Amino acid sequence: METLLSILAAAVRSGTPILYATLGEILTEKAGVMNLGLEGIMLMGALSGFAASLSTGSPWLGLAAAFGVGACLGLIHAFLSVTLGSNQVVCGLAMTMFGGGASALAGRGYIGMTTPGIGAWEIPLVSKLPIAGRMLFSQDVMVYASYVLAVFLMFFLSRTRPGMNLRAAGDNPKAADAMGLPVARIRYLYTIIGAGLVALGGAYMSLVYNKFWAEGMTAGRGWIAVAMVIFAIWNPLRAMLGAYLFGGVEAFQLRLQAAGASVPAPLLMMLPYLMTILVLLFISVGKGRKLSLSAPSALGIPFYREERE
Amino acid sequence: MIENKAAAETLAGLKPRDGTSALPLVEMRGITKKFSGVTANRDVDFSVDAGEVHALLGENGAGKSTLMNVLYGLYMPDRGRIFVDGHERAFSSPKDAIASGIGMVHQHFMLVQTHTVWENMILGVKEMPFLLPRKKIQDRIAQISEQYGLEIDPTAAVWQLSTGEQQRVALLQMLYRDARVLILDEPTAVLTPQEADRLFLTIRRMTREGHGVVFISHKLKEVMSETNRVTVLRGGENAGTVATAMTTEEALAEMMVGRKTALGFERRPTARGDTVLEADDIHVLGDRGIEAVSGLSLSLRGGEILGVAGVAGNGQRELCEALAGLRPLIKGRIVVNGKRMDGAPPRRFIDELVHYIPSDRKGTGMAPGMDIVNNAILKKYWSKPVARGAFIDWGSSADYAEEIVRKFGVSVSSLSTPVKNLSGGNLQKLLMGRELSGSPRAVIVMHPTWGLDVSATRYVRDQLLARREGGSAILLISEDLDELLALSDRLAVIFKGKFMGVTDDPRSLPIEDIGLMMAGGRGKSRAGAARETGKNGRSRRAGRSGKAGKEASS
Repeated sequence: METLLSILAAAVRSGTPILYATLGEILTEKAGVMNLGLEGIMLMGALSGFAASLSTGSPWLGLAAAFGVGACLGLIHAFLSVTLGSNQVVCGLAMTMFGGGASALAGRGYIGMTTPGIGAWEIPLVSKLPIAGRMLFSQDVMVYASYVLAVFLMFFLSRTRPGMNLRAAGDNPKAADAMGLPVARIRYLYTIIGAGLVALGGAYMSLVYNKFWAEGMTAGRGWIAVAMVIFAIWNPLRAMLGAYLFGGVEAFQLRLQAAGASVPAPLLMMLPYLMTILVLLFISVGKGRKLSLSAPSALGIPFYREERE
Repeated sequence: MIENKAAAETLAGLKPRDGTSALPLVEMRGITKKFSGVTANRDVDFSVDAGEVHALLGENGAGKSTLMNVLYGLYMPDRGRIFVDGHERAFSSPKDAIASGIGMVHQHFMLVQTHTVWENMILGVKEMPFLLPRKKIQDRIAQISEQYGLEIDPTAAVWQLSTGEQQRVALLQMLYRDARVLILDEPTAVLTPQEADRLFLTIRRMTREGHGVVFISHKLKEVMSETNRVTVLRGGENAGTVATAMTTEEALAEMMVGRKTALGFERRPTARGDTVLEADDIHVLGDRGIEAVSGLSLSLRGGEILGVAGVAGNGQRELCEALAGLRPLIKGRIVVNGKRMDGAPPRRFIDELVHYIPSDRKGTGMAPGMDIVNNAILKKYWSKPVARGAFIDWGSSADYAEEIVRKFGVSVSSLSTPVKNLSGGNLQKLLMGRELSGSPRAVIVMHPTWGLDVSATRYVRDQLLARREGGSAILLISEDLDELLALSDRLAVIFKGKFMGVTDDPRSLPIEDIGLMMAGGRGKSRAGAARETGKNGRSRRAGRSGKAGKEASS
C-alpha cells in the first residue's frame, strides 16, 4: 500500500512538467499554430530557471525567468510562422535543436551545482485525506498551480469571449477575420503564452523535480507533450490524465530499477515512451471522428488576408 | 477602437427608416483595385439605398466579388472613396465595415464549423463581457429569427446543419451586428429552389425593415424577379446601372458580355448505344468514414447524358470516385462494358476507357506544379507512342500535348507552363481535352462549368454534347439546374447518397418536383399551385426557352 501510494504521488510529480508543456501547446494549437519546439523550449526553460534562481537566490524569480525566456522563444516562433508564414514543422524542429544546443552550451558552467529549489508544501486538512491527500495535496506549489491552470484553461476555452476568439482563429481564421477578429494578434499572443508555459514545465525539472541542471535533462518530455496534446484531444482536463499516466509509468519503472529488478535498466526506461506510442495507437483507432472534430481545422496553416484563389 | 466607437455612434443615430432621406445608405465612388498588375475593378461607382435590393451582375471574373470585398473591408482599394450615410469612411478591415453597419454573407460561409450557432453569432462582437452570457445571446437570436423568419436552433453546432441552415446562420450573424447593408454573394447557388424562395421572403422582410441588400448573382431570372435595381460589371468596369423594371433578361445579358450572344445551342437526337456503365446497389464511404453513397443503382448507355441534380454534399463526389475506380465499394457492384469492375484499380477503369473530369481540377484533375506536357500524358505514360519501353518519349509527348492544346483551344504561351498558372477556363479546357480525347466509352464529369465565364461555359457544354454525339456515355453531375436541363437526356436527383428518382423526360418535369426531391421528398406534381414568389409571375416550369436552349430532339 505504501509503495503504491508513493508511486501515485511520484506519478503526479513526474507528470507535472509534461502537464505544463501539454497545456501550453494546447493553448497554442487551439489558436492554429503548431509549435514542435517544445523539447528545446523546455530545456531553455530548465536552464534559465536554474541559473536565475541560483544567481538571485529565489526560485520564484527563476520561474519568472523561465517563463520570460520561453515567451521570447514563442515570440520568435510566432514571427516565423504567423508573420513570415514559414513551414511550422521546420520552425519547430529548428527550435528544438536550437534550444538543445544553446542550453547545453550556456549550461556548461552549471553542471554539478545544486539549488534548494521549491520544496513540498502540504495543504492543511485536505492533505490528510486518504490516498488523494498523499497523491494530490502533499506536493509542491507548482503542482497545485498546474491543477488550477488546467481547470482554468478548460473554462477559458469553452466559456469566455477571448477563449472563443482563440478557437475561432484556430478553426477558421478566414471567418474570424471576416468577423473583425485580429487573427495574427491572437495567434501571436497564445503562441507566446503557450511557450512560456512550456518553459515552466522545463523549469519544474531543474527547480523542483531534480534541483540541478544537466544537459538534455528533459529527456524527450517535450515530444511526449506533443503526443499528449493529441491524446488529450485538445482538452486540458484530459491532458492531466495523460500526463499522470506517463508519470505513473515513469515512477513505476524507477521503483522497479531501485528494487533491483532483473530486467535491464534501458528496457525499463523505454516503458513510458512505449506506453505513449500504445496510447496514441489506441486513440487513433476508433476515435477518428472525434479526433478530427476536436483538432483545430486550421492547425499549422498560415493565414493571410489579401490572397486570391 | 476609438474610430469604431465614432462609427457605432453614427449608427445609433440612424437616419429615418422610411427612406425619405435622399442619401444612399452606402456609396462607392471611383473604386479601382489591382492584383499584381491585373485590374479587378476600374473606376467603379456603386450605391445602395435603404429598402432596395440592388443586383450586382456580371460574368465570373468581372470583379463583383472584388468590389464587394472592398466594401466589406477585406481588400483595400487602390483608389476611390466610400461613403456611409454621406460620411466618408476608410475600411482597413471587416471590423471597420461591420462597425459602419455593412455585413456580407459570402458564398462560402464565414462560419466556424465546430462552434455552435450562438457562438458564431457573437464572434467578433465588441461589447461581449469576458464571461459569455449564453441565455441573453440566445434570447436575442430568437428575437431576430422571429423578426426575419430565420428559424434555427442556437445550440446546434454548425457542422451539423444543412447548407440552407448555415446560410441562415450567416444572415443572422450580420443582423445580430445591426448590419443595415447586407451583401449576399451568390446566395442561391447552394440552395434548392424551395430554399431559395424562402431566402427571397427573408430578403423582402429585410428591405421592409429599411435594410439595403446587395444581391450578387449571375442568374438573370432571379435578378429580374427579386431586385429593384441592377448594376452590371464587365471586365472590372461598371457597364451601367438600370432599374430592373425598365430592362429585360436579353438586355442584361448583352450588358454582361458586351455584345449580343446566342445563349442557346443545339442538342441533336442520338442513337442510344449499348450499356457501358452499370452500378448496382453500391455503397461507398465518405472521407469521414460515414456512408456517403448508400444503395445507388444506375445504368448508362452510349450516346446519352445522364444528369444528376442535387445539393452539394449528398454523395456526388463519392459516387463519381467510385465509378472511376478511385474509391472502394463496401457493397454492390460496378460493371463496365460487361465486365465486373468492383475492386479493380483505377488503371483498369482507364483501360476500359472510363474517363473522369473531377470538379477539383487542380487537386484531383491535374498536378498543378507540373507543366502542360506532363499533365497531358498523365494517363498515357504507359502506352505507345508516349512510352518507349521504360522511358518516356518527350518528343511524341509534346506532340500529343500540342494536339490537345490545339484541338481544345487552350491558349498558352508555352507547353512548359506549369498548369497552376493557367486561368480557370484554360485549365478546364486542357483537362477536358485530356479526358475527351481517345474516344472514351464513358465520361464522368462533375461541375464542368464551375467558375467559368460565359464563353468558356458554352465551349465546355458544346464539347460534352459533341462527345455524346460521338457515342460516349456521359454522367453529368452539376448543381446548376439550367445546365442539367439543357444537356441531359435523362435526369436523376441525388439525396443522401440515393437517387430520389430518374426521369426520361427532364424538360417536362416541374422544377418544384426537382426541388422537392433535392430536399429529400418524393416528387409530386404541384406545378399549378399558387406560389408566393415572382413579382413578374415568372414561369417556374423547367421546359422553358431561353437559356435552356433549342430542343432539336423530340
